[in-house]
Amino acid sequence: MSIQEFLQHVANGTSLGSLYALIAIGYTLVYGILRLINFAHGDIFMLGAYITYYGIIYTPIPWWLVFILACVLTGLVGLTLEKLAYKPLRGQPRITILISAIGASFLLQNLGVLLFSGRPKAFPTPAILSRTLIIGGVSVSLISIIIPIVTIIILAILSFIIQKTKTGMAMRALSKDYEAASLMGIDINGVISFTFFIGSFLAAVGGIMWGIKYPQLIPLMGVMPGLKCFIAAVIGGIGNITGAVIGGFILGLGEIMLIAFLPSLTGYRDAFAFILLILILLIKPTGLMGEKIAEKV
Amino acid sequence: MLKIDKATMRFGGVVAVNQLNANIKEGETVGLIGPNGAGKTTVFNMVTGVYKPTEGKIIYNPDGKKDIDLTLLRPDQIAKVGICRTFQNIRLFKELSVMDNVFIGNHLRLKSDVFSSALRLPAYIKQEKEFMEKSKYLLEKVGLYEERDEKSFSLPYGKQRRLEIARALATDPKLLLLDEPAAGMNPQETQELMAFIADIKKEFKLTIFLIEHHMEVVMGICEKIYVLDHGVLIAEGNPSEIQNNPKVIEAYLGVE
Amino acid sequence: MKNNNLLKNIIIIILALALLFILNITLDSYKVRIVNLCSIYIILGLSMNLINGFTGLFSLGHAGFMALGAYTVALLTMSPQAKEVNFYMEPILPFLKDLNMPFVLALIMGGLMAALFGFLIGAPVLKLTDDYLAIATLGFSEIIRIIIINLQPITNGALGLKGIPPKNNAFFAAMLGQTPKINLLWAGVIAIITIVFMNLLMKGSYGKALKAIREDEIAARSMGINLFRHKVMSFTISSFMAGVGGGLLAISLGTIDPTLFKFSLTWNILLIVVIGGMGSIKGTIISAIIVTIGMEALRFLDESINLGFMQTPALPGLRMVVFSIILMMAVIFKKDNIFKSTLKKARGRYAKD
Repeated sequence: MSIQEFLQHVANGTSLGSLYALIAIGYTLVYGILRLINFAHGDIFMLGAYITYYGIIYTPIPWWLVFILACVLTGLVGLTLEKLAYKPLRGQPRITILISAIGASFLLQNLGVLLFSGRPKAFPTPAILSRTLIIGGVSVSLISIIIPIVTIIILAILSFIIQKTKTGMAMRALSKDYEAASLMGIDINGVISFTFFIGSFLAAVGGIMWGIKYPQLIPLMGVMPGLKCFIAAVIGGIGNITGAVIGGFILGLGEIMLIAFLPSLTGYRDAFAFILLILILLIKPTGLMGEKIAEKV
Repeated sequence: MLKIDKATMRFGGVVAVNQLNANIKEGETVGLIGPNGAGKTTVFNMVTGVYKPTEGKIIYNPDGKKDIDLTLLRPDQIAKVGICRTFQNIRLFKELSVMDNVFIGNHLRLKSDVFSSALRLPAYIKQEKEFMEKSKYLLEKVGLYEERDEKSFSLPYGKQRRLEIARALATDPKLLLLDEPAAGMNPQETQELMAFIADIKKEFKLTIFLIEHHMEVVMGICEKIYVLDHGVLIAEGNPSEIQNNPKVIEAYLGVE
Repeated sequence: MKNNNLLKNIIIIILALALLFILNITLDSYKVRIVNLCSIYIILGLSMNLINGFTGLFSLGHAGFMALGAYTVALLTMSPQAKEVNFYMEPILPFLKDLNMPFVLALIMGGLMAALFGFLIGAPVLKLTDDYLAIATLGFSEIIRIIIINLQPITNGALGLKGIPPKNNAFFAAMLGQTPKINLLWAGVIAIITIVFMNLLMKGSYGKALKAIREDEIAARSMGINLFRHKVMSFTISSFMAGVGGGLLAISLGTIDPTLFKFSLTWNILLIVVIGGMGSIKGTIISAIIVTIGMEALRFLDESINLGFMQTPALPGLRMVVFSIILMMAVIFKKDNIFKSTLKKARGRYAKD
């Protein structure tokens, strides 16, 4: 393998990892506060991509504005999902809420089939974004460079919100101690809605960039990325944003490198994430950055 | 029978129990008292294997033959060597019937494997009958036989406590650990409980180790008392020694 | 009293067998197929309820165990010629080619294969709880599927296996001059055995111990129940049942391929268990029948409907949208389960049970 090829793989892995990271953040935010695997998160990601598709094809709105509107709209869908599927079950056993989440995931997938049809659609990438650059003999698509940059910017904004704003403080309080936070007069419903909005917003950002990078939309496109990004969040330590980003990169780079160095294992690409998940759960169930929670007797 | 040897339990930076030494002889009733948060339940959790002590040993010797280090065993193994407990915040199998709760206490003695059980082979049937009779007897003993088919969570508080004791007795313990058995009881119920404890102690040849806030219970039935404050043993002795110990009065009785 | 119950149960079983027999003769082959599917889903529903409902462990790995059972049964019952036809990309491993067993033996092997993997997988992952366990078992199920796709010389990869010999009621069909249909008695009898087994297991000491684990692990442990051993046991038995169910499914479909064993298959069973009630045997049986028939009966939703004056467009996906909503409603509005409470109400009105 030449140096160029290797760099090519690194670039691919980095951009895939950034995408995983973006989606994983949504999982981690929700899990941090509700201790819930939002199974439908991958399908929210799918919705984000489809909403963008329809916005660009069927409206005269310029593409960059469609991107923003689609993210906001998807954020609102996520927020509504929480109100309909999870809020009525607050205080129920975790398994009950998890089942509702699985139901919601299937509902969105099949709504996707119903509304968008099962046939693949080609993502209408704006010409500006589909360019390819050649840097030091390595040809890199522009989007592969944009993705990590967008991820870093979003991460910075998110850290600011969580560390410096009042809502962010409420989010942190809620994830540390739900009971205490509710007693302290924190607007729990507001914070949870905000969390779902942000998580779904980021999923839509991921969905759009995914569409540009892999321009084929199908209603089930969210299933595998959804599962993998949950895995990324677990690897990093669920509930921890930095962990989700690290997990995303480990998974993205790992997958690309596995195929690059051991092409005979290409068929096992999707198994890689699951094997990694099971290993991490057995060795360090709290993930790389997670804290240990002691059980109370 | 039970020897706690310099047992220490740390959670992160917090020392819940520090270098605790205690000794319980066969047939004794031993009390463990102390203000809230003194680490009493942590001691029970260490003895029953729920927590592994950070340091120290807990030696159990039920029959004068071989020492068993409880810190090396899992909770279920500890139950099998004859130590069973109740819980401060009552942990019944809520959705199951009163009868089933007690029946499950017998399960650790079951010799048949799962297939003989599902095929109802004679060896299993025989043991199941024996378990049923024992459970019935224990329920009559604690006065809950009439409620045997109720779901356990529907029982009033006091009865739930008694059911928990019946369930623990079903495991055939030699050493019974009671975590605040009189909590939430009125004086009359407390009196009845004391008589009940004395009764089961005699009938099942038990050694009893109990945590309690009701002083009349502790002073009334314990031969020896350990006093814990902030995880440290501050006094031990018989009831009159404890009542007159200035340290105890300062840390505990004075406050109450 | 006890003998009375036994007698009652024996009569119910005989009636059920008679009913299956009559249905087998009177229904057309499409309907027979659905009834057969009901039996299979009863087995699968009970299998998932054992681990999810009774033991309180949320496992989502059913499709994987079913795949193991299905492929084992298919490979053990297909003739060498059929295998040769299937494996045109790359020949099947020589020792597998001539391996052939009677159906019942193959089915047991399918169950054992699933149980073996259940045991191997359960031992490490059952240390996890709640959602971690769910995602790990889901992961294993996907890994099994991916391995099946990639092990071409054994499983024929993504092409799947075609021409799995069916179990037909050829004898009676010949007598009645009908074309042979699926013999309902195979899956039916196995479903009855499963129901009886589950009832005996759950009434016995082990069943109670499993429920104790579901109710409170810490208390169960303190009562001398070895959590790990009991969980692995429950998981292994559940896997065995899933393997048998998968094997029966392979026989009744005649064709299997890796896409059949995606997560949506686990989802179908989860739907049955949730609607029937976690930890309810009766509920699972009723729910398996209703969901299976419902899935078929509502197929029209996906297709275009002729309303006389106009033709509605075909709406693929609508059927599953409906079922997704039913699942969520079942969870959100009942929070417990549907059948257990309605059964209780119906019964309470007439007699105290």
